[in-house]
Amino acid sequence: MIHFDTTASRYRQLGLWLLATGLLCLALADLAVITHSPWQELARLASGFISPDLSASDAVWRALGLTLSFALQGVGLAVLVGSLLSLCWHWRWVRALCAVLRSIHELFWGLMFLQLFGLSALTGVLAIAVPYSGIIAKVFGEMLEESDRRPARAAPGGSDALSLFLFARLPMVWRGLCQYSAYRLECGIRSSAILGFIGLPTLGFQMESAFRQGDYGAGSALLYLLLLVIATQRWWLRARLLPVYLLLALVLSPPVSSGAGADMAGFLQQLTPAPLRDGEGWGALLSWLSALWHSQGASAIWQTLVLGTAALLGSFVLALLLVPLVSPHFGNRASRAGSHLLLVLMRSTPEFLIAFVLLLILGPSMLPGILALALHTGAIIAFLCARLSTQVRLRDDAPRGLSRYTWELLPRLFPNFLALSLYRWEIFMRETAILGILGIQTLGFYVDSAFAEFRLDRALALILMGVALNLMVDALSRRIRARLRLQHTAIVLERPQ
Amino acid sequence: MWQLDAAALSRGNRVILRDVALTIAPGEKVALLGASGAGKSTLLARLRQRYADQAAWCPQDGDLVPILSVFHNIYMGRLAQYPAWKNLRNLVWPQAAELAQVGELAATLDMAPHLYTSVDRLSGGQAQRTALGRALYSERPLLLADEPVSSLDEHQAQALLSVALNRHEAALVALHDRSLALLCCTRVIGLRHGQVALDAPASSLTLTDLDRLYQ
Repeated sequence: MIHFDTTASRYRQLGLWLLATGLLCLALADLAVITHSPWQELARLASGFISPDLSASDAVWRALGLTLSFALQGVGLAVLVGSLLSLCWHWRWVRALCAVLRSIHELFWGLMFLQLFGLSALTGVLAIAVPYSGIIAKVFGEMLEESDRRPARAAPGGSDALSLFLFARLPMVWRGLCQYSAYRLECGIRSSAILGFIGLPTLGFQMESAFRQGDYGAGSALLYLLLLVIATQRWWLRARLLPVYLLLALVLSPPVSSGAGADMAGFLQQLTPAPLRDGEGWGALLSWLSALWHSQGASAIWQTLVLGTAALLGSFVLALLLVPLVSPHFGNRASRAGSHLLLVLMRSTPEFLIAFVLLLILGPSMLPGILALALHTGAIIAFLCARLSTQVRLRDDAPRGLSRYTWELLPRLFPNFLALSLYRWEIFMRETAILGILGIQTLGFYVDSAFAEFRLDRALALILMGVALNLMVDALSRRIRARLRLQHTAIVLERPQ
Repeated sequence: MWQLDAAALSRGNRVILRDVALTIAPGEKVALLGASGAGKSTLLARLRQRYADQAAWCPQDGDLVPILSVFHNIYMGRLAQYPAWKNLRNLVWPQAAELAQVGELAATLDMAPHLYTSVDRLSGGQAQRTALGRALYSERPLLLADEPVSSLDEHQAQALLSVALNRHEAALVALHDRSLALLCCTRVIGLRHGQVALDAPASSLTLTDLDRLYQ
């Protein structure tokens, strides 16, 4: 028996582990199709997407305006706060704070701010700004850490810190910061639209009612509108116009609370666990927590973990299948252009929305959630790996077709597939948690019902359980990546270029 | 007078400098020669550390800020001299006075046409002249430069090195071109395996003397 000791064998081993874990989760997941005639419904959906019907009412344009307005204000604020936090990235507590901020999904933040500020612009802006600050601080902080410090060292001795930073440190990362902020704005527009699902007056609100009424033509038109805005961002987003956009956003929806002033004290009191509020002491708190864990938390976390990991496998496999469709090493120009369009549609459509539509068709099991996450993320990973494959130079006599993929490209790209999938594991968990709002029994399901019953203490405790899950998954993923030296690959790849 | 007393430095098991002591008097323009790995860059870095606020520094790879213009990169030579608010103003909105000063310096370096071009669009030789410009602009007495003209052709290299040396009270410049060293400098220090193997006035040396350093 020959024993191969290669780098590839370690990656293959990890791939097999991923496959085994994912399959186990698939086996455990509830994949039932509950609706009676899913095929018929799917056909209706398809015809709706072929014949979009934008009976452009004022409500639609207003929803679009508010979607953009919340996104611009939220991301603008997040860039400001995130930049400041990134300057203190070497402080441990800043990193910890940012990890917590970003591990709570914007919909959960939205549900919380909803209690304080009602269905107002302030709720929408903060729901985006808070988690995005954490993400942006992390990315900016890491960019600064990794940037070339030689120009700063070459500056004349005795220069003051501010000038040194502005001349020799900031310009080294400036382009990266701008590109990443633009990418975050794109994400912000998606998030802003999705906030409509918890009642804010953005595009998601219109979409939900259209799709729920079975009006797939109107629903698809709204989705196309959203995709169009995102796809044309590179043309309408200009540095010089940004102040104008921000001003318009502030005029259209000033970030103020709706109705009576926010009752912060009452809110905080509501957030305090019931036993503490009633002065029953720490013992009672423990039994309260344990009861919550046994009745809801454990099951919710378990379901979230199972769904998220199954989806991780799904997106991994899908990405492996999609890369040859868009990589310049295969097919012809027409086939690649078609596949590219498909990929753009898949990764620009929010996974939450895909899940929502699939739920209507397939009924409330884990299947729609797994499919939605796998489709969306699979397209993202495929896109990034295909872009990387353009850098691979093949010799003239390289094999063609399947052999080219499996012998020449896959060995070179496989580490990147692994790195990206693992890097996104944490994102899977966060997204999986909120799918519960749609009725799949993950964490969000229980959080949403707790909010509906005005049991804010319960909602907060459940959200914090989700934070713990996220941090654990993140730590695990980072450990695996560090062991296989995949850390840097993923970070570099994730950033838009 | 600038001096370094018996500097010794090792990295891991590798000895880079072994008891190198040297003194540079005002007026001396010293060429630093030696095969690669002889310890030239380390010696320069040591000296710069010692005289941080007197040294005009020109590191080997230039270490420029790629997305900023030639003007801004040269201006950086005076970051320490001006208050932060003035630096900030010139970063965002270059002022007429500074533009004129830097422009004049750029003209002596043949860089005037590229003053507003960012460094990432320049050739290697142009980038090198920018880095040298930054060192000159700091107007400090002691020039410490590591291969400042290696990407330029012979004539340009000689002209530029002379300009640079004339503008400083004293200089220590690492070079690989031996004839350039003899032409432009007043004194030559040769390093070999981290030790000073040669220290003599340039006028007393021939190319053959210098060849021994590399054998």
